[in-house]
Amino acid sequence: MVTPIADLGFASLRFVEELGRMARFAAAVARCLATPPPRVGRFVDELFKLGVLSLLIICLCGTAVGAVLGLQGYNTLVRFGAADSLGAVVGLSLIRELGPVLTALLATGRAGSATTAEIGTMVVTEQLDGLRMMSVDPVHYVVAPKALAMLVVMPLLSALFIVFGIFGGYAIGVGLMGLDAGRYMTSLSDSVDFGSDVAGSLVKALVFGALVGLISTYKGFTTAPTSAGVSRATTSTVVVASVSILVFDYFITALWGV
Amino acid sequence: MRRSPTRDLLVGGFVLAGLATIAYLSLSIGGIAYSGPKGLKVYADFDEIGGLKPRAPVVVSGVKVGEIESIGLADDYRARVRFDLDPSLKLPVDTTASIVTSGVLGDRYVSLQPGAEDDLLKSGDRIEFVESAVILERMIGKLIHNANVGGSGEDAK
Amino acid sequence: MAFGERRVFDRLSFRFPAGHIAVILGGSGSGKSTALRLIGGLIQPTSGRVLVDSEDVTQLGERALYRVRGKLGMLFQGGALLDAMTVFENCAFPLRERTRLDVAAIAARVRECLDAVGLADAEALLPSQLSGGMVKRAALARAIVMRPTILLCDEPFSGLDPISARRIEALLVELNARFGMTVVVVSHDIASTMRMATQVLVLLPDGAVAGTPEELQRSTDPRVASFLNPDVDAALARSATVERTPGAMAW
Repeated sequence: MVTPIADLGFASLRFVEELGRMARFAAAVARCLATPPPRVGRFVDELFKLGVLSLLIICLCGTAVGAVLGLQGYNTLVRFGAADSLGAVVGLSLIRELGPVLTALLATGRAGSATTAEIGTMVVTEQLDGLRMMSVDPVHYVVAPKALAMLVVMPLLSALFIVFGIFGGYAIGVGLMGLDAGRYMTSLSDSVDFGSDVAGSLVKALVFGALVGLISTYKGFTTAPTSAGVSRATTSTVVVASVSILVFDYFITALWGV
Repeated sequence: MRRSPTRDLLVGGFVLAGLATIAYLSLSIGGIAYSGPKGLKVYADFDEIGGLKPRAPVVVSGVKVGEIESIGLADDYRARVRFDLDPSLKLPVDTTASIVTSGVLGDRYVSLQPGAEDDLLKSGDRIEFVESAVILERMIGKLIHNANVGGSGEDAK
Repeated sequence: MAFGERRVFDRLSFRFPAGHIAVILGGSGSGKSTALRLIGGLIQPTSGRVLVDSEDVTQLGERALYRVRGKLGMLFQGGALLDAMTVFENCAFPLRERTRLDVAAIAARVRECLDAVGLADAEALLPSQLSGGMVKRAALARAIVMRPTILLCDEPFSGLDPISARRIEALLVELNARFGMTVVVVSHDIASTMRMATQVLVLLPDGAVAGTPEELQRSTDPRVASFLNPDVDAALARSATVERTPGAMAW
């Protein structure tokens, strides 16, 4: 009778402990970003790995999501004779929610898991200990550039996702359903506001970027030094990051009304 | 760290493309639009603005010449609407500002009908002649009322 | 020293004399690598002190540890080369990070070290393109490129063919003889230990025995004798009984 309650208590304590460790890790990363020398080469390297290599999947998924939104939106709107507002429907859903959230989820699967696996492998092969023995802080050399790159890359990818989505919806609405091209774009730009929609979208993307960057590097950094440890850490990154993205999305939306 | 020119180029292209899309979203779609020079700031007080919102377009004969900067309440509880217009515009002081609707249920915007005076509006001036928004429901209500009044009047005869 | 519930060893006390080659012997799981990591300050002991040049590394912060680690070179068991860099860049890495030497001076120092380990023609290769022996030699070159006074080697001979192993052994002896480098080797290879060591520490499941190679070979301690001259069948039989004795494995 008592055991399940004790188990719950233990699990809660473990959870809080993990949160605390992550916060300390985040502080260490922030400190390293402020400590010279800046790792420009490493950072550009990570921009390439996390950004350029994610481009294809982001553009493809953005177009597909926009096309589906266009199709579903058109079929619903046309019943109310409001098919001309398709641009607003597609644009607002993409900018306010789907763009940042889906981009972050895709980036978690594509780039976050790769980051964890890479750092985890460096733990297993003692490369991080090797750096320590050479008096180089692995957080400074390995972790910080990756986390920063993820933060920078996310708004860029999210914006690309949104624009590709808008044109996916355009292709369906204008190309397939025969809406007026001007009406689509006008309803889009008339209903989207920079302050309440686009800026909020960028804030979301930045927050998600920080989340994915921190979680994926933390999980890699704390990998148990076995090959099973690497696979566990990678899975954990995908699960924890995905859940955090959705939870944070709710709170950003609720608190700031984005 | 080895520098690879191809990688650097790709990264540069990626960052530029991303920034360009953010700019496109913010400026073109999000509407912090740079639509020609601005600076002629005039205002007008309306009895009723309906659903007029800031950033709605201001047109002359259907051509956009500026936008609504802000909407507030004047001391006499009329709606004070401030415009931000193209300074090259030569508007006579007897210009009329009317709030109109695109389509039956569409968005509200302001249309200016230039008058015939020789004096021109300067920044900070007030547009005296205004035509408030037409509230469709009220018009329909009035119509029904008038029809009823007319009907009962005939009965009385 | 313990990892969580698992006690690796306790009450280990030993001095590695400066300017000598010391070897830590022991079976797998006896804590040899742990001992090296303690010296490098990579892990913290449950209790006790680790003095490097009379500085207690267990009491130092990360910054102060960097100063101590400047005197230490470490050869990891798997090499621990950074796999995104070539052999040359790996060896140049500590110099670029921790010194203000110019490009030419760094290149000269790296070539000198790579020459010493016989890898001069492999400097442009990536670690993934190297054989196991070459990885170890490249890692050794990187460990000595900062001219440490103390060289820590974790299993430098394991997984190598006999010729490569002898080559690294000769290299360690030469480093010690030429530069007076203190070399601490973790190994389970008894023959090479007897050839090169001046001090030996044998880690046993229930304690440790130290001495010169000659002393150990004359040792009457049955545990040391059976470790140095392994009778495999007897060892297997003994480990079977040990596993059945509660607490003996100290899990």
